[in-house]
Amino acid sequence: MERNLMKGNEALAEAAIRAGCKCFFGYPITPQTELAAYMAKRMNKAGGVFLQAESEIAAVNMVLGAASTGVRAMTSSSSPGISLKSEGISYLAGSDVPAVIINVERGGPGLGGIQPSQQDYWQATKGLGHGDFHLIVYAPASVQEMVDMVVTAFNKADEYRVPAMILADGLLGQMMEPVAFPEISAEQPDKSSWAANGHKNSREHHIVNSLYIDPKTLEDKIIERYERYAKIKENEADAELYLTDDADIVVCAFGATSRVVKSAINDARAMGIKVGMCRPKTVWPFPEKQIREACANASKVLCVEMSMGQMIDDVKLALNCEKPVEFFGRTGGVIPTPAEVLDKIKSMGGNK
Amino acid sequence: MAVVFERPKALCDVPLHYCPGCTHGIVHRLVAEVIDEMGIEGETVGVCPVGCSVFAYDYFNCDMIEAPHGRAPAVATGVKRSNPDKFVFTYQGDGDLAAIGTAETVHVGARGENIVVIFINNTIYGMTGGQMAPTTLIGQVTQTTPFGRDSQLAGNPIRVCEMMATLSGTALAQRVAVDTVPHIRETKKAIRKAFENQKEKRGLSIVEVLSTCPTNWGLSPIDAIKRLQDEMIPYYPLGVYKDITAEGGNK
Ligand SMILES: Cc1ncc(C[n+]2csc(CCOP(=O)(O)OP(=O)(O)O)c2C)c(N)n1
Repeated sequence: MERNLMKGNEALAEAAIRAGCKCFFGYPITPQTELAAYMAKRMNKAGGVFLQAESEIAAVNMVLGAASTGVRAMTSSSSPGISLKSEGISYLAGSDVPAVIINVERGGPGLGGIQPSQQDYWQATKGLGHGDFHLIVYAPASVQEMVDMVVTAFNKADEYRVPAMILADGLLGQMMEPVAFPEISAEQPDKSSWAANGHKNSREHHIVNSLYIDPKTLEDKIIERYERYAKIKENEADAELYLTDDADIVVCAFGATSRVVKSAINDARAMGIKVGMCRPKTVWPFPEKQIREACANASKVLCVEMSMGQMIDDVKLALNCEKPVEFFGRTGGVIPTPAEVLDKIKSMGGNK
Repeated sequence: MAVVFERPKALCDVPLHYCPGCTHGIVHRLVAEVIDEMGIEGETVGVCPVGCSVFAYDYFNCDMIEAPHGRAPAVATGVKRSNPDKFVFTYQGDGDLAAIGTAETVHVGARGENIVVIFINNTIYGMTGGQMAPTTLIGQVTQTTPFGRDSQLAGNPIRVCEMMATLSGTALAQRVAVDTVPHIRETKKAIRKAFENQKEKRGLSIVEVLSTCPTNWGLSPIDAIKRLQDEMIPYYPLGVYKDITAEGGNK
């Protein structure tokens, strides 16, 4: 397969177009700007729609409109913009409308900063909007994975009728790496049983809606959705295990941070420390089984994040708090260095 | 026996939930009649707001989408851009369109989004029990202006058609009312013109309908109509504020 050197943000856009995304609605924000700029150049030529909305709120609602008619639609932003999109994301979830949302995270809270962060983990996995609901959340660690996960996100969103998110960060969005674009089948799932795209006088009218004024009806709707979530948990949780078989210390890290951790692990291994890594590739569903497997023989666990510690909660839950879980993180846009992570690993001892 | 009056095909055969004397039902019927007459029900997607007309998805027989509060114009933009051959309309109240959704409203005008906006101006938030709307008249008593709307404290009512007429993407901005039979006929003509504009890809058409809310105004249906005539029309003059098809047709 041909490989091209591409910036993360642009690769996300190209992958979406190849995955059959027909509508992109965006609003400028650093560090995801190149994504929208790429879409502006390419989308119309690819037979789709690019539109710069008046706000992130409008953009996500344009996605709601387009996706309600059955077309593949996407929006992208960075942290402050994702907060604004949360209303629309809750409506997408509550209306069972599949769509893809990309968050190229930056530092927060408030206006925060424009450097890479992973501070939106809780937001993405626990509370992206009001109500009982989830998104499938993918956490890529390379430009190639961004490409692959965008394609998967569209497919899985359609399959389960849920919104899906790519939780990236400014580091991945801005860096250049060689990527290959997989051959993608043009065939998309049939949405004619629910899409609101004009009934042509040949069927009952379709209603795309999240309002159920009768509590029992709403409860039934949510329970049905949670049955789909159960299937997603069963089938879609994914993680990469790196040198965990004999590891006494297992480091959990996702996204760009996992790359820093990998170098630290290689250095530690060279010093004879038995350390490995479990890298969640989906952060919702959280790969609990994989974490338990990876940590089966470990005496200690370390969580490394570009935040003050958010995923660590899920790691502790996955392990039922049966093992000590320590934390190392930098926040506000500061990227941890391999040397810092190595120091932390060394401070935890580890059976040589 | 000859049938002289029927339910429009584009309206579902279900009881509406609106209060006695509320004029939402009249406007629903007029929109449905236009859809029937143009034969476009199968090609139409409607977007309902958050407000009293939130359940309009159960009333219109075409495909329907329920938007978040104020976002109907953005949702409609998404529908129309991905389905340019379909007819798309929003149906929104004044709180929805002119307060929380002001940005979305202005920008469909700025972009000349080829959709129809049906705008129900009843000078109040009906659904939530009668709070001040952006269109509430000075002096009007509501739950949140218990001593009457004071412009020093609560600003001034927005004249939406006048504002939308300033945007170059607006094809039609017309204010009508449903207080009398001639006005109801006029309203239907305006709605028809709005849908014809969409067919001819002329841009955004907004039809503002002065309406009543007897329940939250605390008036009988008849007194509510009188209030519309005596208090609303003087502040919100009926007429065409912009019509790009008319000879020099702007007011
Ligand atoms: C984000 C959000 N804010 C507030 C509400 C509560 N709410 C429901 S309807 C409504 C007012 C609608 O009033 P209007 O648009 O004037 O329409 P009417 O009910 O008078 O037809 C409000 C504030 C909501 N549902 N969502």
